[in-house]
Amino acid sequence: MMDQDACQPTPGAPCPSGENNGRREFLGAAVAAVATALTGCGKLSKEEFLQHNFRELSKEEVLTVIERLEKEYKEKYGKDVKVANTPALPGVMFGYALDLSRCIGCRRCVHACVKENNQSRDPEIQWIRVLEMEKEEGVNLQVAEQYYNPAEVPREGHFYMPVQCQQCKKPPCVKVCPVGATWKEKDGIVVVDYNWCIGCRYCMAACPYGARHFNWGEPNLPSKDVNTDTHYLGNRPRAKGVVEKCTFCVQRTRKGLYTACVEVCPTGSRKFGNLLDKESEIRYVLENKRVFKFKEELNTQPNFFYFYGV
Amino acid sequence: MTRLLRLSILPWVAACLLAFAATAVTAEEHKKSHAAVAEAPKDLVQVPKPPFSEGIFPCSQCHDPKAMAPNTTRRVLKDMHTDISLHHGPDSRWCLDCHDAYNRDNLHLAGGKLVSFNTSYQLCGQCHGDKLRDWRVGIHGKRTGSWNGAKQYLLCVHCHNPHSPHFKSLKPMPPPARPEAIQIKNGGAK
Repeated sequence: MMDQDACQPTPGAPCPSGENNGRREFLGAAVAAVATALTGCGKLSKEEFLQHNFRELSKEEVLTVIERLEKEYKEKYGKDVKVANTPALPGVMFGYALDLSRCIGCRRCVHACVKENNQSRDPEIQWIRVLEMEKEEGVNLQVAEQYYNPAEVPREGHFYMPVQCQQCKKPPCVKVCPVGATWKEKDGIVVVDYNWCIGCRYCMAACPYGARHFNWGEPNLPSKDVNTDTHYLGNRPRAKGVVEKCTFCVQRTRKGLYTACVEVCPTGSRKFGNLLDKESEIRYVLENKRVFKFKEELNTQPNFFYFYGV
Repeated sequence: MTRLLRLSILPWVAACLLAFAATAVTAEEHKKSHAAVAEAPKDLVQVPKPPFSEGIFPCSQCHDPKAMAPNTTRRVLKDMHTDISLHHGPDSRWCLDCHDAYNRDNLHLAGGKLVSFNTSYQLCGQCHGDKLRDWRVGIHGKRTGSWNGAKQYLLCVHCHNPHSPHFKSLKPMPPPARPEAIQIKNGGAK
């Protein structure tokens, strides 16, 4: 309709055939050029710019996208990065429990996560933030310290509370995203389509856990540090200007493995499993231990729980 | 999977803790597991070797009953094993409460039943039954591997030195950068 109007300044005048197509192509190219200039990413290819939201892609389109990404990563890092597209396993809802009576705040998890998930190294983006709190105060964010760095942990009279994405059942970050670039998968993992994210950071403002992180600059990921086992919705290398977050190591957990933070924790404080499996470790925790949800009053309904294992 | 593990190490617990007797254990299973000094379920869960000091095991290298008669008198060791200081209720116990004087390569339970170093959790569980209960289902202590398949577990002694069981302090890894420490260079943060 609009095309018709624009093409016919005087009603009744004939619209020369061919002009329409030519102009569309011109407009398409112009828009792509302008957008490329606006985003400040000269490297943005036409395919990348015209790529749709991941959830709208057909199976063939997904494969094309993955092929393109793998080629780009090969050029950039000189390594064969495998980008998986493993869907959620049926009958699985991931849950996580962290034992506050055992965590000693050694930050092994923080750094194992960075290594596994291809975060920017300098400045380092960390998906897990460990809070040092006073036993006298209990879980009180007003006396929490995240920059603690004593010679040895745990410090007398303190306990430690690692905070990462809580994979909420009602995720406020998903609710506020204006473009639908982040959503909750069937296995409960909240993921981001880094190619669809516009970098508005509404989700970061909405998240009450500080779990989302923004690539203010081009991520500084040296080739030697690239983890080549990646997932489209997980740890594949990101670009400048997108938001990222913990995905319960989707590239590992959808293959049946534990997350990197579970694997590295020296105290065994971290428990992970399928909430729908009655025999799972996570169900045992929920049924037998004193469990709480962080900021429960906000009704975000996390699938991440804290418990006291003693 | 977890259930199988539970069943396989359950027999001896059933003998010690009545609470678990409710889960049916046949007399044959009971006998079998004790005869084999309760072998760990290898096909299900792999146990790393106990963390012995280098060159110390088997103990019978030195503690040969023919060459050295066992001295079962409670005393402070002055010649050997002086590196071990017992911080595990030292007033109430000493070496031979856990180590067996006549079968040096094994430990023994309070009732005299021998247990292998590979299944030393049986010994620990005599006193720390609640911890053992949680350990058996993978809540106390660490599990690695697959959340829906084969897992590896650690023995109590991998994290807790049996002679001084308090979990040792660690040096924390570096804290996050403070926002003011991050500077912008050439369009990217450095």
